[in-house]
Amino acid sequence: MDTLQTLLLGFVGIVIVNNLVFTKFLGICPYLGVSGRIDMAFGMGLAVTFVVTLAGTLTWVIDHVFLIGTSLEVMRYLCFILVIAGAVQLVEMYLRKFFPALYESFGIFLPLITTNCAILGLCLFINLWGIDNLLEAVVLSFGAGIGFTMAICIMAGIRENLQLADVPQCLQGAPITLITAGILTLAFMGFAGMIR
Amino acid sequence: MSNETSLNKTFFAGIWDNNPVLRLLLGMCPMLAVTAAVKPALTMGLSVIFVLLFSNIVVSLLRHQLKPHVRILMFTLTIATAVTIADLALKAYLPDMSAALGPYIPLIIVNCIIIGRAEACASKNGLVVSIIDALGMGAGFTLALCVLASIREVLATGKWFEMPVMPDAFVPWAGMGMPVGAFITLGLMLGLVAIINKKKA
Repeated sequence: MDTLQTLLLGFVGIVIVNNLVFTKFLGICPYLGVSGRIDMAFGMGLAVTFVVTLAGTLTWVIDHVFLIGTSLEVMRYLCFILVIAGAVQLVEMYLRKFFPALYESFGIFLPLITTNCAILGLCLFINLWGIDNLLEAVVLSFGAGIGFTMAICIMAGIRENLQLADVPQCLQGAPITLITAGILTLAFMGFAGMIR
Repeated sequence: MSNETSLNKTFFAGIWDNNPVLRLLLGMCPMLAVTAAVKPALTMGLSVIFVLLFSNIVVSLLRHQLKPHVRILMFTLTIATAVTIADLALKAYLPDMSAALGPYIPLIIVNCIIIGRAEACASKNGLVVSIIDALGMGAGFTLALCVLASIREVLATGKWFEMPVMPDAFVPWAGMGMPVGAFITLGLMLGLVAIINKKKA
């Protein structure tokens, strides 16, 4: 019961209260770059969710089984980035084989998941928060992916409507997106302090 | 002489024309995350300059040996090594600052500016050009960070670099220290840059 509660709270916490995009500023590049259309945003969110779950779990295992056991913590960042690059490569090959249309529409943004800070950031946060339970690490990684998907889909929905709005010329494009994002974070700040 | 002017141009391109944050929209995450005050912003900027310099030098020296399909991997590993050095140095000499910046120092690994410059400049140019490019881009990034951090710190706390600068009657804007302030201020800064460029053209 106790573990279940911890897991549930951790999941809700990382999806809503400590959402990586809104409170930790992670994954801002794809958040601004791929949020033009809602279907692409959703696909991107799913790809990130898959990679982040895989990477979060694997890095936790590598960290606890190999690095801490052999006092090689210095190699942590190198290992983490290699795991992430490998996971992205896997997703890329899978999409190219089974969903060529989606693969085409992602273009450059797919390999760029490697440098999506949300993923490396989550691996580092799991390490920083001292999560010492594999199940909790898996749930947190999955939650981070869901949180990212939610954030990018909300943003894409707003931006589709924004195209009909009369935005001052100097604010068109990135500036108005950032200001919208600011107002969104203000909304999500209402959840702050609910958990932890 | 002409060589010197082109080097100058490379340097100043990084500060304004190709400013990584304000014009190319690269490296947004640290830009938003560490700019609640000037001090962490400056530390972040200097760490990025170090990493950028390190990776540009290594990539430039190795550019003839690189096979195209493994180059991204090699860039990433070089950057990760440089970041590990910077992280350990900060932990040793500025432990408070390192604790305050938390995971954002290791996150320099995935800062698009660095891998972008390795790909766009250092893997094609000689050592001198690469070094100048790293310094220019790094300076442009640090400047943008410091400007945003100054605006936010002054409005959020009434202090600049931890020294009081505002009159006593000033009421701090709490929102400026929070994520909202970062997003909206950066949005308005980008708008301002767009206006200036339109005037120039």
